[in-house]
Amino acid sequence: MTTKQAVRMAVALPAKHRSRLMNTAREARFPVGTRLFEEGRKADRFWVVRTGTVTLDMHVPGRRSAAIESLAAGELVGWSWLFPPYLWHFGAEATTPVRAYEFDALAIRLMCDSDPQLGAAVAQWVGQVLAHRLTQARMRLLDLYAPHGSGPPR
Amino acid sequence: MTALPVPYRVVARWQETPDTRTLRVEPVRERLCPFVPGQFAMVHAFGRGEIPVSASAIPIGGGLGFTVRRVGAVSEGLYEAGPGDTVGLRGPYGTGWELEKAACDDLVVVAGGIGLAPLRPLVRDAVADPEPYGRLNVLVGARTPADLMAHRETGLWRTAYTGVTVDRPGAGWSGDIGFVTALLGRARFDPRATTAFVCGPEPMIRATALRLAALGVPGEHIRVSLERNMRCATGHCGHCQLGPLLLCRDGPVIGWDLAEQLMTVREL
Ligand SMILES: Cc1cc2nc3c(=O)[nH]c(=O)nc-3n(C[C@H](O)[C@H](O)[C@H](O)COP(=O)(O)OP(=O)(O)OC[C@H]3O[C@@H](n4cnc5c(N)ncnc54)[C@H](O)[C@@H]3O)c2cc1C
Repeated sequence: MTTKQAVRMAVALPAKHRSRLMNTAREARFPVGTRLFEEGRKADRFWVVRTGTVTLDMHVPGRRSAAIESLAAGELVGWSWLFPPYLWHFGAEATTPVRAYEFDALAIRLMCDSDPQLGAAVAQWVGQVLAHRLTQARMRLLDLYAPHGSGPPR
Repeated sequence: MTALPVPYRVVARWQETPDTRTLRVEPVRERLCPFVPGQFAMVHAFGRGEIPVSASAIPIGGGLGFTVRRVGAVSEGLYEAGPGDTVGLRGPYGTGWELEKAACDDLVVVAGGIGLAPLRPLVRDAVADPEPYGRLNVLVGARTPADLMAHRETGLWRTAYTGVTVDRPGAGWSGDIGFVTALLGRARFDPRATTAFVCGPEPMIRATALRLAALGVPGEHIRVSLERNMRCATGHCGHCQLGPLLLCRDGPVIGWDLAEQLMTVREL
């Protein structure tokens, strides 16, 4: 059993909402190197990784894309589909062969609109994912691996 | 009373990261009592002074390994020591990881940067004798790929899950990217029956222990190594006092149930 993490869909979404989402899911496979999406493009889908690794990156003109974070089994790939203007903030690439559940963003948004309970649960789930990633990003910003933490002694 | 340093000869050394080397030392004559994983020695660089350094290898055949990052005069002296040079050792000091108390539990070992040094003998023991334990997980995080120590060895350990992640990948890195706590979501353990062992810079320890606790691992099963600076190593000088503890004697390995309140207050 993999550790239950609050941000995992299987835990963060109550069973009845989860199964409604899962009923709409398609199975997707991406060979290594497939671009799942590109920064600035329309965010019309999202994924939950089943196996493999997806890396989020940012395009830097004239240079290799800067890799930001990797996402593995059970993790949500993409949140821009939930918030206007529904455009991707980063790019994403399969860095290993990836199997994932793929969801149609428009269909899920319509389901959420017509069922406020489902809408609240989905917003709660994605909110938890975002809060968790923000915390991680802040920890990396502080350079907690530096020999003396993140600053000289007082 | 402080014991005199016992001479040990450097028999080999290798580069771990751009500022860190491991020294393999053998006794010149007299040898120290055996070390257990998590314990440290006061290592004397002659002419410079002595500093606490954890045993990063405790080979069955004798001798010891120490992994030293050069940050100041004494660590620089040890970093520069090469085969044939002599260093002085006092020890062993401190509490160990006490792996044996984790029998039947899943094991979660979390290392930040060269925090892997004191954890390596523990992982080697768990890999060599996995029977008494549940699933072994090894999670390593570092700033960049160049800051990962013993990267090759880490990949060879037979574990339920080994995760290695960096903040800044650079060219040629195909592994995980993110803070080490992200790997906890991928490790395989039952939080209620888990013992975790955590070592690295203090803020990394704190972030990791808080996450483990949030996942349900009991505080007394989260063992952290607090490597505050110390001088005598024998509980006399008070240099390493943290609240009511003298870390050279009561630590460096203590439970998060004790460490949490000491590490989260602003001033001690
Ligand atoms: C139990 C224990 C185990 C240790 N194990 C290892 C090890 O395996 N490998 C290793 O490289 N180092 C280890 N250390 C840290 C090592 O002892 C220090 O880096 C060393 O004392 C620095 O001495 P120096 O004379 O080289 O530098 P100094 O001139 O004394 O210090 C240089 C800078 O490092 C800071 N500093 C010194 N010690 C520490 C510390 N413990 N924590 C945070 N900042 C510090 C000082 O404030 C100063 O800014 C351990 C420390 C302890 C207490």
